[in-house]
Amino acid sequence: MWEWQVVWDSLPALWKGLQVTLQATFWGILLAMSLGLIFAIIRRVSPGVVRLPLIGVLEFIRSTPLLVQLFFLFYVLPNYGITLSGFETGVVALGVHFSTYTAEVYRAGIESVPRGQWEASTALSISPVQKWTRIVLPQAIPSVIPALGNYLVAMLKEAPLLSAVTVVDVLGEAQRICSRDFNCLEPYTMAGVLFLAISIPASFLARRLETRFGPTTA
Amino acid sequence: MFTESVIERLADGVWITIQLAVMAGAVGTAAAIVSGLAGLSSSRAVRWANQVYVDFFRGSSAIIQLYWAYYALPIIDRDLTFSPLQVGVVVLGLNMGGYGSEIVRGAVQSVSRGQYEASTALSIGGYQRMRYIIFPQAVLSMLPPYGNLLIEMLKGTALVSLITLADLTRVGLDLRQAGDLSSASAFTALLVIYFFLAISITFIVRRAERFARRSMGLEA
Repeated sequence: MWEWQVVWDSLPALWKGLQVTLQATFWGILLAMSLGLIFAIIRRVSPGVVRLPLIGVLEFIRSTPLLVQLFFLFYVLPNYGITLSGFETGVVALGVHFSTYTAEVYRAGIESVPRGQWEASTALSISPVQKWTRIVLPQAIPSVIPALGNYLVAMLKEAPLLSAVTVVDVLGEAQRICSRDFNCLEPYTMAGVLFLAISIPASFLARRLETRFGPTTA
Repeated sequence: MFTESVIERLADGVWITIQLAVMAGAVGTAAAIVSGLAGLSSSRAVRWANQVYVDFFRGSSAIIQLYWAYYALPIIDRDLTFSPLQVGVVVLGLNMGGYGSEIVRGAVQSVSRGQYEASTALSIGGYQRMRYIIFPQAVLSMLPPYGNLLIEMLKGTALVSLITLADLTRVGLDLRQAGDLSSASAFTALLVIYFFLAISITFIVRRAERFARRSMGLEA
């Protein structure tokens, strides 16, 4: 039933797949962190005509399944002349989906910067750009690092969904072996084990961030 | 386009998704309460076992668990063959429990010490103290994050479409494949329906919150 030979034979492919998963997560994280920050700032500085629709769109993206969003991007965008590979679609979907979460996290951080800091920036006639880059964000971001960390781990956990849009990631490799050799037990089990080997240390790290930066600073 | 038969099939899919969400939500709620209280147990063995459960489900990917439970488990033993619905309910429920555990534990811990002391003074202890004094008060602070957790679980139900269950997402994929709907209308319809379901959850949880406040004699 359980054959170690199959495990050894499938490990190289699974390892390759895991690297694809990690790459997608990495780029997705970069996108989610930067896009979320942009959304949070727009939300703060823009007038109601922009802010309210933005809040609605973010709420919509956050409340609907990432898997369906993936399919939407993968099958609908080509109709508008935008053809992305499965990997690119996955990175965009992961990044945009989780930017709606990181935007909330940044928002909490920005709101925690005391009023006096904003007023002082105005009083000293610091330019709007400098006010954000030198005064507000340096105070807002450290306090939200633990909350951000949790979402980055969540992104890693969602990344295997990319196999649904033809990406041959760790789950995709397992599926491939399963349907080719009819050996399904070992590849799926090893995919899970490899994944755990990455994600459990990652979530421990996220929890360490929490104890280190603590809720008191948030 | 959206002919009568297309709408009927979407409705069938919605019904499967709702059934799955309700059952997984029940399993998840039970798991969260048991695990949250186990995390507060005075027995080290219970706390340790609970931590393993929480770390496993918070650390691993739901989609890999679904594939494993549906495709790999039956190979270990034929008797471990389950329907996609059963797999979905258990896997999604246990995942929800792993996250809900922290919500329950935190809420129970947030009940003030005075309540424990008063219970002891009135010689109400053990199970009764938790059941009638502490837990009902904790429920109030559990509800808002619990609502978010339910929405996350609802979003997770879409994954079962990948293990052949004819849920809303699967129906959308099939309608698109058969050419009954264009890609744009199929997936837009799915997103709008999921959004509507998520809003319904928010609405129900808000009502529950108001009910809980009133039954505790607080302002609604």
